[in-house]
Amino acid sequence: MEFNAIYVIVAREFKKFIRERSRLFSAIARPLLWLFIVGAGLSRLISPDTGVPYIQFIFPGILGMTILFSSIFSSISIIWDKEFGFLKEILVAPVSRLSIVIGKALSGTVVSTIQAAIILVLFPFIGFKLSLLQFIGVILICASISFSISAFGIVLATFYESYESFSVIMNFIVMPMFFLSGAMYPVKLLPEILRICAKINPLTYGIDAIKHVIFPREAGPMSPDFSPVTDIAVILITSIVFVFIAKKAFERKG
Amino acid sequence: MSIIRVENLIKRFGNITAVNDISFEIEEGTIFGFLGPNGAGKTTTINILCTLLAPTSGKASINGHDCMKESSKVRKAIGIVFQDTTLDKDLTAAENLIFHAYLYNIAKDKMQERVDDVLRFVDLYDRKDDLVKKFSGGMKRRLEVARGLIHRPRVLFLDEPTLGLDPQSRTNLWEFIAELPEKHNVTIFMTTHYMEEAEVCDRIAIIDNGKIIAMGTPDELKKAVGGDVVYIKTTDNASAKKEIERLFRLDVSEKEGELYLTCVMGDTCIPEMIRTIGERVLSVRLQRPTLNDVFLKLTGKAIREEETSGMDTIKEEVRAYRRRH
Repeated sequence: MEFNAIYVIVAREFKKFIRERSRLFSAIARPLLWLFIVGAGLSRLISPDTGVPYIQFIFPGILGMTILFSSIFSSISIIWDKEFGFLKEILVAPVSRLSIVIGKALSGTVVSTIQAAIILVLFPFIGFKLSLLQFIGVILICASISFSISAFGIVLATFYESYESFSVIMNFIVMPMFFLSGAMYPVKLLPEILRICAKINPLTYGIDAIKHVIFPREAGPMSPDFSPVTDIAVILITSIVFVFIAKKAFERKG
Repeated sequence: MSIIRVENLIKRFGNITAVNDISFEIEEGTIFGFLGPNGAGKTTTINILCTLLAPTSGKASINGHDCMKESSKVRKAIGIVFQDTTLDKDLTAAENLIFHAYLYNIAKDKMQERVDDVLRFVDLYDRKDDLVKKFSGGMKRRLEVARGLIHRPRVLFLDEPTLGLDPQSRTNLWEFIAELPEKHNVTIFMTTHYMEEAEVCDRIAIIDNGKIIAMGTPDELKKAVGGDVVYIKTTDNASAKKEIERLFRLDVSEKEGELYLTCVMGDTCIPEMIRTIGERVLSVRLQRPTLNDVFLKLTGKAIREEETSGMDTIKEEVRAYRRRH
């Protein structure tokens, strides 16, 4: 593995992220809209005695959404690099395909985790306080789920040739992944078929892990759906599997 | 010493043979030109040499390393300027170069110095902190050449380096490329479909339909066409014609009041001719064959950009094929 190459691939993404103010702005505005419009609207429908207030319940889901969108967006930029030729510059360098994939996955991890941290700092006012330990725990989970989703995004990017496919990915992969992740409603309340879909979605386990950290004593319908060990194991295993598939896909491309 | 060796290289995409059994060697420190129309197989050959594409059969090596088996060593030894720009337009010129320096694992203490050096060499030092999207086509191309040189490659590949540039930037770029072997101790492998540009090469291979149809120095190739044409105007064409024919034992023709003949060494024919016909000479001019004449003679067609439409379809097919596999 070439650490210099991994470093510079991440540094490039970070630099571009900092420069694109609109990307940062929409990354913060989107969760705001969900929390205060969708969250506030739906919390009227849900009786307050079910446990965690709904607006708090969807907070882990909103973090998950932020990570999902920004990780996929970061990885899908490979399609742009392909279209504008920059990918060739990386492919002809004396750098292993594994380093390229890890560099790209870490790029998504860095920008997604930064955004998750901003949201975590900006939204203490929806009614809960986090201890420092909880804060660190959430950030660590965010980082690992970002890595897994970014690696998944690289796999997607290697399968699609042009940026016309971007809307296909958004509509048929990203949006369903969000809605079937336990972000908006507990997985245990879903109908059987949708529950199966949620169970094969890696994001579900990431959001579930965040719920464990934020609502440690919650029982009842709003409680986490899986054990913390299951959550962490799924995140780690999917990360490795996606990196491996992405590396294979890159090698096939030459 | 040969730095690039290619033996019986073949590359097929489905039933299209893009490179059809080519062999050549390139001497270190020279400029080697691959000349041919679009779609002749130039870029495919470069992609194989750059380890981006595996050949169907045959051998290719750079600096003694096999392009398929030792791709990492080959990659370290080469710099590439692709046909289409491969810069990140959202980064500055210096950032693009730093990115490259990291990819090629250049020691951190040398990085800044090397980046500044190549930027000065291509005359872009003053613009180093500008975003690449603000650059003109010529500046981008120069920046790419600079980037290709940072890691001190042994071979620099230039794939149609002047494509899409205005005539002035084109001339500038050529003057600049001609200096590279000496100043940076590299061997240049370039492709072009502009005949006049191939003149700077030490050796040229003419490629058509995936095959090398001629190889040699520009002068050797031109001689193969049959030599120079000398045009001469005199006060008495009829008598001059007879005398020149007797002198060289060559046929002299007449067109629009001007005599002309083809001879191997035009520049040495002229003095002799003038001595023979003396004061009857009104004007003399010499026309050397161009590489275009060479190509015309070898393939029966001129290299023209209009031919691209047909070739584009083939390129499309090749792309579609690669997508399926």
